Amino acid sequence: MNAMHAGTLDPPTTPASAPADGDRRVSLAWGALAAVDDPEIPALSIIDLGLIRSVELASNGTLEVGLSPTYLGCPATEVIRGSVEHALGNAGVGAFAVINVLSPAWTSDWITPEGRRKLESYGIVPPERSAASLREILHPHRAVGCPRCHSTDTECVSEFGSTPCKALHRCRACLEPFEYFKCI
Amino acid sequence: MSAVSPTIEAREFDAGAQALFRYVLRLGDLSLILGQRLGEWVGHSPALEEDLGLANVALDLIGQARLLLTYAGEVEGRGRGEDDIAFLREHGEYLNAILAEQPNGDFGQTIVRQVLIDAFQLELYQRMTASTDPHLAAIAAKSVKEILYHLRYSRGWLVRLGDGTAESHARVQAALETLWPYTVELFAEDELDRMMAERGVAPRLSDVQAAWLGRIDEILAEATLQRPKDRPHSWHGKRGQHSEHLGYILAEMQHLQRTYPGARW
Repeated sequence: MNAMHAGTLDPPTTPASAPADGDRRVSLAWGALAAVDDPEIPALSIIDLGLIRSVELASNGTLEVGLSPTYLGCPATEVIRGSVEHALGNAGVGAFAVINVLSPAWTSDWITPEGRRKLESYGIVPPERSAASLREILHPHRAVGCPRCHSTDTECVSEFGSTPCKALHRCRACLEPFEYFKCI
Repeated sequence: MSAVSPTIEAREFDAGAQALFRYVLRLGDLSLILGQRLGEWVGHSPALEEDLGLANVALDLIGQARLLLTYAGEVEGRGRGEDDIAFLREHGEYLNAILAEQPNGDFGQTIVRQVLIDAFQLELYQRMTASTDPHLAAIAAKSVKEILYHLRYSRGWLVRLGDGTAESHARVQAALETLWPYTVELFAEDELDRMMAERGVAPRLSDVQAAWLGRIDEILAEATLQRPKDRPHSWHGKRGQHSEHLGYILAEMQHLQRTYPGARW
């Protein structure tokens, strides 16, 4: 639903604010968004994942929040949208609209350094940098390092793991399975 | 002047919107029907990993279909949303090429069908990122990233099966012979395809076909499989004339919405 367009929530919870109040509303919104975790990888916030593209005050006084999906069919997308609307509503940012931003398409390069660090400490290998070229994705050659023992003697067990964004690997050295956040 | 031109413009707009609507349905229905087909594997795959893999690809395809069918509804301008279009149309109103609705067969046949369509979608959508239609360009750019992983998966399996045992080789070669004739329809350019290419909405299908064939030949060579010969075809799924298989898919897919109209969860 509302795939490409602004979805507005119910009537604003606070009265329309004066333009001078804009900065405060924007920073309130960022604060609220920082507390929204990814439902599948709760160690990361949606800001760590780079899903929030913009928070801007439109000329009509609506606070517009640009949100990008990771994968088109990811069931978490709607949960995230709901959480974002809930958080913004509770934060009292006034009238707002969550806009689904498809272009430019989200890339795993937008995961923040903090997000990469959190992924790693959660046991998920962060994606390789700079969305791989076509040839690289179709002809994988580099082994993914084990997050536990750092061996590169690993194999891919499944291209698709428990969520669309992750692949399942196994370390041949320490025999532990682990997940890799795919480069997209 | 003012008495005449608005009418003409309105009519021209209607004709253009109608054409775009039908074209977007072709794209969306291909994703929807193939996604539905792949979903049939859930709980039945040869291994848990393949269950996950096929289900993930199916989810991505249904994600594409949602965006495309939502857009089709907007272009049509009659207030139909993605669910109305996905679940409440008749057999002859689906405009997917009939390759997508062909039965899963064994795992090898599913993989062959997937390679053929993944490579088609990859070449099509890579070019469509430059579409004059910004909605389609955005959907294409997002989809390409996912399709790359779909092709990586299907291609990997086709190589393993083709260059595997005598049994697996024979099965995927047979599946290729069965499915190959249906690929002709993907590239059979009709008036609608031509119109979209002329407006820069979509690439020329002949360009897509040349690139597709190059990619398929490379994969088949690696999988030690023989490309079947092209034969004349008379498939018109893109115009709503389907094989018997679509009816069974729709019976299952539409059951809930037809029994409980407007049901939500």
